Amino acid sequence: MSILQFRLNGDAIAVDADPDHMLLDVLRGRLGITGAHFGCGAGECGACHVMVGDRAMTSCDMPMWSVADKDVVTVEGLGTAERPHPLQRAFISEQAMQCGYCASGILITAAALLRRNPSPTEAEVREALDRNLCRCGSHNRMVRAVLRAASEMAAP
Amino acid sequence: MTSPVPTLPVSLAANPRLSSWVKLSGDGRVAISPGKVEIGQGIVTALAQIAADELDIDIGRVEMIRASTATSPNEGVTSGSLSIQQSGRALRHACAEVRQRFLVAASERLGVDAALLNVDDGTISGPGNVRTSYWELAGDVSLDHDATPGATAKIAARRAVAGHSVQRVDIPDKVFAQPRFIHDLALPGLLHGRALRPDMSGAKLIALDESAARAIPGLVAIARDGGFAGVIADSEAAADAALKALRKGATWSAGEALPNEEDLAGFLKSQPVETTIIDTRLASAPRKRAQTLRRQYTRPYIAHASIAPSCAMAQWDGDHVHVWTHSQGVYLLRADLAIVLKLPAEHIVVEHMEGAGCYGHNAADDVALDAVLLAKAAGGRPVRVQWSRHDELSHAPFGAAMAIEIEADLDADKEIVGWRHSIWSNGHAARPGRATQPALLAASEIANPYPRMVSTNPPAANGGGGDRNSVPLYDFPAWTITSHRLLTMPVRTSALRTLGGQGNVFAIESLLDEIAVLRREDPVAFRLRHLRDERARDVIRAAARRAQWRPQKQAGIGHGVGFARYKNTGAYCAAIAEIEGTDDIRVKRLTLAVDVGEAINPDGVINQIEGGAIQATSWVLKERVRFDRTRITSASWTDYPILTFSEVPAVDVEIIQRPEIEPVGAGEAAHGPVTAAIANAVFDCLGVRVRDLPITRDRIIAAMELAS
Repeated sequence: MSILQFRLNGDAIAVDADPDHMLLDVLRGRLGITGAHFGCGAGECGACHVMVGDRAMTSCDMPMWSVADKDVVTVEGLGTAERPHPLQRAFISEQAMQCGYCASGILITAAALLRRNPSPTEAEVREALDRNLCRCGSHNRMVRAVLRAASEMAAP
Repeated sequence: MTSPVPTLPVSLAANPRLSSWVKLSGDGRVAISPGKVEIGQGIVTALAQIAADELDIDIGRVEMIRASTATSPNEGVTSGSLSIQQSGRALRHACAEVRQRFLVAASERLGVDAALLNVDDGTISGPGNVRTSYWELAGDVSLDHDATPGATAKIAARRAVAGHSVQRVDIPDKVFAQPRFIHDLALPGLLHGRALRPDMSGAKLIALDESAARAIPGLVAIARDGGFAGVIADSEAAADAALKALRKGATWSAGEALPNEEDLAGFLKSQPVETTIIDTRLASAPRKRAQTLRRQYTRPYIAHASIAPSCAMAQWDGDHVHVWTHSQGVYLLRADLAIVLKLPAEHIVVEHMEGAGCYGHNAADDVALDAVLLAKAAGGRPVRVQWSRHDELSHAPFGAAMAIEIEADLDADKEIVGWRHSIWSNGHAARPGRATQPALLAASEIANPYPRMVSTNPPAANGGGGDRNSVPLYDFPAWTITSHRLLTMPVRTSALRTLGGQGNVFAIESLLDEIAVLRREDPVAFRLRHLRDERARDVIRAAARRAQWRPQKQAGIGHGVGFARYKNTGAYCAAIAEIEGTDDIRVKRLTLAVDVGEAINPDGVINQIEGGAIQATSWVLKERVRFDRTRITSASWTDYPILTFSEVPAVDVEIIQRPEIEPVGAGEAAHGPVTAAIANAVFDCLGVRVRDLPITRDRIIAAMELAS
């Protein structure tokens, strides 16, 4: 075990963790942050996406040592019911899910995309979301929601 | 002439006590307690709409209670697109009666004729500015009465909430990461469990060296019951590590042989079967047969492949156990648990919590028994058990593979004069709680194991199983429909969306398309000519109009149509597919029209149809459970790929709203029509019929070789 420091949803934190343990386990276990979900444990479905800098990354196969000093954002860090992120508002407006288990990872991927590219085309949104799986078939609603959020964020 | 005796809706007749469905709480809220559960389909919102409408309250006052065997009406299983029909009708009736009881009490208190009273958001008012409310009257009105058949719900025109697109009640929690999923619930003292399962299909645990697992830090206990084994640890990481160590110490028997995945039809047609004649129609005046087309269609085993692995929690207190589950049927699961545990059902409380999207009988029930067995070793602490992705894609039941053969007799004008449809398939249902023996996976692994249930088919009255949607809705003069259910089950199967409906609609609608082409008749016109049901004709015409049928022929682009009425009694749906066929098939656009009768939440219906259409596209283009002769090999997302965002087609849905007709569910209506529409569009584009799903590049090349 060793003390690892990083920023989580804007707050500096230090956790005593095995550097080889995965970030998702530490988030969901020790830290009780359950927005990032376990889907496959192999970095293949995107349910566990967190934002590191301006990139969405799988946290189920991200060892704690690689997180040191990084800026990590989970869906909890995007916004709250009182102060929602435009993406969260847009997902509600578009009713952009069925079961919603994949939605937190998709919100993170979309937030990272909008950081890098504030006005993506539909094709760019789809390409960015290709590493996130959705089984219920809510894809088109989610794409519409991301485009809606982008245009809302671009409005003066 | 006598009027029919009024009867209660089925679910209400089985659970007549009003207070089991509706309760008032003191803080201006109403608790609604259905027996059906949220499985990602938005049912809880639609039921809240119905309740709000009949009670004349704002939907924000409605608190939807999760189903539990401790408190909820027993509505069996949430499946078959029946929740609106069953729970919706029961709630509509119960809430109408509750409203009436309150009006009577208000009339007595206010001294005003009940007929003059009005309810607005729970406030009851009348002439002379008199007013009271449901909550003021709660002490005077007991709901511990049985429902009576006389209560009448509002007429369609007076409904203010049902019939409108209300926002889903669960979505805000899900975008703001408020824990709703069973995977996210934190119970005090929670431990984490994992069950040990073999890699080889049907292998039994013979010996277990536990020493390496015992050395894992954080391990709390190793549980063992015959061939069932697992670990409990104080964290998920420790549980995973302990299971990995335990696996190294396991010795397994050889297992059971699996069929040849390259010859599913040969396998299905060579097994011992139970044969049932599903339906026959004899021609009143037989017409002369000039030729017979004989075609065989297959679909593979299909995985549920939910994004979350199945999960459950259990906590023992003496000889009582509390179970949290995302099962589709809390009472049915309890019945099976009672058999396995040899406990009275009253010692077991099974409570629903949401899981990820559920498309049928997945491993939700299996993992609940795993949790109950593992929690026995937890000293009264709660244990959460979660399956791995590997186990989810290899040990959960699959949708059954099917071989379907149709012989169509055509006369000299190539009109259909005879039709024989035969199905070979495993049964499509092996759900818990319906037999004297349990259907749960670990029940076949414990000491004194139960035999593994061979899946059966629901009766035709419930829509059938392998035979679902096999009886044509078309006016063919004669037919025989035969179902052969396998009596062996080397690959475990149970209910997956539409049961046999997807395969049968694919077969029927593909052959119809082929005959239309043979006759040089437009496939839409051909279908309309053979349908008498106006609702069926309307959805086909609506989809055709919306897709501007028939679009001009372009190289590399194909269009196809498919139609079905789900279960022949449920939702009507027509689909038109536009595909691009270059190296691979790409579905560009799906245009659908659907008629569910009264659409309680139109946007919810559209969401379900869109989702069904996209899932069906994934099944058709990509999905196939893979195996060699010893084990399931498609146990990861790499080996069991599903449709991705870039591959998803545009989906355009039109609802034909019929407020006066009893509502039916929408969740399974699109799969069959979309499957057929894509297959027919592939023919339109490439000139070959692919009759074996999924329609991959290899299958297209094989079909081309066969044709040339």
